[in-house]
Amino acid sequence: MGTELPLFPVPASTMAGRVDALYLFLILVSVFFGVLIATLVVSFAIRFRRRSPDERPRPIHGSTVLELTWTLIPLGIVMVIFLWGAEVFFAMARVPPASMDIYVVGKRWMWKTQHMTGQREINELHVPVGVPVKLTLTSEDVIHSFFVPAFRMKKDVVPGRYVTTWFQATRTGTYHLFCAEYCGTKHSGMIGTVTVMEPAAFQTWLAGGATGTSLAAAGERLFQDLACITCHRADSEGRGPKLEGVFGHPVTLASGERVTADEAYIRESIVNPAARIVAGFQPVMPTYQGLVSEESLMQLVAYIQSLGGPATAGPGAALASPAPAIASPAAAPRSRGQGR
Amino acid sequence: MTTQIGPGESGPPRPPVPPAPAEAPPPRVNYLNVAYGVKSWLLTTDHKRIALLYLAGVTLMFFLGGAFAVLIRLELVTPAGDLVQSETYNKLFTMHGIIMVFFFLIPSIPAVLGNFLIPLMIGARDLAFPRLNLASWYIYMIGAAFTIFVLVSGGVDTGWTFYTPYSTTYSNTHVVAAGLGVFITGFSSILTGLNFIVTIHRMRAPGLTWFRLPLFVWAHYATSLIMVLGTPVIAITLLTVVLERTLHLGIYDPRLGGDPVLFQHLFWFYSHPAVYIMILPAMGVVSEVVACFSRKRIFGYEVVAMSSLAIAVIGFLVWGHHMFISGQSTYAGLVFSFLSFLVAIPSAIKVFNWTSTLYKGSVSYDTPMLYAIGFVGLFTIGGLTGLFLAALGLDVHVTDTYFVVAHFHYIMVGGAIMGYLGGIHFWWPKITGRLYPEMWARVAAVIVFAGFNLTFFPQFILGYLGMPRRYHAYPEEFQVLNVMSSAGASILGLGYLLPMIYLVWSMRYGPRASANPWQAKGLEWQTASPPITENFERQPVVSEEAYAYAPEEEARVV
Ligand code: HEC
Ligand code: HEM
Ligand SMILES: [Cu+2]
Ligand SMILES: [Cu+2]
Repeated sequence: MGTELPLFPVPASTMAGRVDALYLFLILVSVFFGVLIATLVVSFAIRFRRRSPDERPRPIHGSTVLELTWTLIPLGIVMVIFLWGAEVFFAMARVPPASMDIYVVGKRWMWKTQHMTGQREINELHVPVGVPVKLTLTSEDVIHSFFVPAFRMKKDVVPGRYVTTWFQATRTGTYHLFCAEYCGTKHSGMIGTVTVMEPAAFQTWLAGGATGTSLAAAGERLFQDLACITCHRADSEGRGPKLEGVFGHPVTLASGERVTADEAYIRESIVNPAARIVAGFQPVMPTYQGLVSEESLMQLVAYIQSLGGPATAGPGAALASPAPAIASPAAAPRSRGQGR
Repeated sequence: MTTQIGPGESGPPRPPVPPAPAEAPPPRVNYLNVAYGVKSWLLTTDHKRIALLYLAGVTLMFFLGGAFAVLIRLELVTPAGDLVQSETYNKLFTMHGIIMVFFFLIPSIPAVLGNFLIPLMIGARDLAFPRLNLASWYIYMIGAAFTIFVLVSGGVDTGWTFYTPYSTTYSNTHVVAAGLGVFITGFSSILTGLNFIVTIHRMRAPGLTWFRLPLFVWAHYATSLIMVLGTPVIAITLLTVVLERTLHLGIYDPRLGGDPVLFQHLFWFYSHPAVYIMILPAMGVVSEVVACFSRKRIFGYEVVAMSSLAIAVIGFLVWGHHMFISGQSTYAGLVFSFLSFLVAIPSAIKVFNWTSTLYKGSVSYDTPMLYAIGFVGLFTIGGLTGLFLAALGLDVHVTDTYFVVAHFHYIMVGGAIMGYLGGIHFWWPKITGRLYPEMWARVAAVIVFAGFNLTFFPQFILGYLGMPRRYHAYPEEFQVLNVMSSAGASILGLGYLLPMIYLVWSMRYGPRASANPWQAKGLEWQTASPPITENFERQPVVSEEAYAYAPEEEARVV
């Protein structure tokens, strides 16, 4: 049993302070109203206690002024809370450009993480301090939730789709990683650690665990093994579109719609090709649903991402190029100063 | 309200009534002694007897659900999962949630107190459809039987929320039977709601206009609307879970082409309003109790009545606040957050109005009032922490942790159960014709309040520290707070056992109650305790507002 009783988890990300500030503000508001109500109730109850059994106090019907006061003042306060909460939430949703990419798969009952350079971990995640990290997450079975209290970060991990979130660690150390969405028998065993390291130490760690094959390279091998290459040829002679320069760029669909080819789009094109057909092509691509594991899918996505070429524009554009994504760990030492 | 009155006393100031002596006149015929035997109960269409059937049902379910809570808290005393296995632990919290929510909280106040009191309060002979009323009790019992079957045959482990695709594809437990149990009992809610709505519309005594209705009736009217409009959605949703499990329809499982998040939308579309099914009736009880024990009309009666309706309506539009991190769009989150803040306002208004009712009142501290004051305090904390959860950026951190667990227990256990116990005590003399032992009851109320706070307050801190909910084992640093919580739970348990004992005792040995032991207003107090089967000997006629404790001329407007 611990002897001290902390009230906050360690703040270890750029978001932690912002969430804690909002929390403290809400505590203030609550204490104010809690104490106000308690004082009024107790003092009225004592001051106006029944003194004789026949007492019949004069009725008071109400007061429009008072009632408007205690409608409008709380309304004003909750609107402040609303805007504040929304502001923090949008900051959490907006992934900074040039983040380091990490892929995460949840599976009963473990977390599998993959770095772009090919390192894979189970129930562990190593990241450098001061570098924004973008997570692309999915699940192989039920819904899980990726929760790191020290980062004030949580995201439901839903099977059949990609979700993204991000964090930027501000403090080295080892922190809890929990699954926060009930997922069956060993839900409470689906835990791990996030280790935040100095960039140099992180480099050493990366080098130590290197498999020699980056995620994209593993994806390229799958691309050949699964015979994707027969239809998707770099010379545009195949039955499918050429995949060079697709990622991060707009794609025109047969329906006339234009979408940006992000991770979720690429994943969908592989497991459910019929959902969105590229303009000018026949819907002949077979589905790979159930044939490729989520981890392999992520490798394929990383490979196609690496074929993306320089981005043109658009919000996803900055993430498109494989070069910065893979290079960002290497770039980390340079960003140390700004990160902290 | 003035009326022609049945037997018993009535009317303007009487000399103080000491509790009637136990050797009071021999019992007249009333709804309890009019017939004896099992058949006279199981085939009754008297709303008062049906209320007692429900009382037996929900009390049984409450102690069953409570037993699971005891085991959960025992397991959590130590960080390691050493008391039961993970499978068992998951079944414990699932059964606890299903039983408490669907078989205790939702029916408790409406089906027991509402059933007993609505006809009495509006001067009617019974509900509009007495046989339908009996049918809803049987439906409830069939649903409960399914749940108990699930229990003895091995349990279910999906959590009371039945999230897909775990429930549809992965769980190996009795999901189908449990889903059907909830599905069936839903019909009992729908029928009760329907019965109340028709009764309140059609059967009010002459002179009892809408704005003379007791706030208890208004609260039940709003609740009934939710029951009738919301329950069919959960029914269909659970049915689709059953169908997907048995026939592999691809509605929710992405492998079959479904969308798991769709389930959450459907589930919360009912289950958020359902939280108001649990709290609105308790608010109705509190309004009655506060008025009676401060001998005053509720401050801003109309506003309190209308805020119940506002809550019922806006409550249907906020379900997405349970899904801020589930992958729904950021903008959807924004809208749901905004509406959630709006729904907090009518609740806040009620709290302020109850508080102001005490001002210049004649406040006495009988047990029902202690519970009502406890309700106001705990509901305030529950509501304020709802604001934490509705704040998007903050919810990301605290959702699915013990913070949420603490929030809804403050409202549902601190609020709804306090209201229920307050109401049971308040109307106990009317229901049974006996007085309960006041001293014991006050002690129990204080124990419940203290035990409750010790149990659930530490959970707020635990949640902010990051302890996820539904965890069988947890990191050691969370132990201190968990031990506090378990200690509180044992005090709370004692607090709940006490009323069980002295209330049962009082049914036989309590002093006989007069028709109106609290000198309360309201038609239910103007007939005998316990009432006759027909409720009133003559049709009451109403010529006053609710809560006319003092003559109208003295009214003053601030
Ligand atoms: C039978 C030929 C065929 C095979 C094999 C095939 N594809 Fe395709 N693929 C297509 C066609 C045709 C399209 C365009 C029509 C559509 O959108 O379905 C396409 C579209 C795509 C797209 C969307 C491209 C864009 O420009 O938007 C991606 C990504 C893709 N395929 C990846 C893969 C991967 C990865 C594999 C191997 C696992 C694969 N394909 C195997 C024929 C094929
Ligand atoms: C006063 C206004 C209220 C607000 C703003 C509010 C807000 C919220 C929010 C945002 C959540 C979702 C938290 C999450 O999962 O992250 C929540 C959960 C919950 N609330 Fe409230 N709430 C309020 C009142 C109530 C009331 C009156 C009740 C019940 C009587 C209630 C019962 C619940 C329950 C049961 C849950 C959790 C359900 C679960 O996940 O199992 N709340 N509340
Ligand atoms: Cu889990
Ligand atoms: Cu809700």
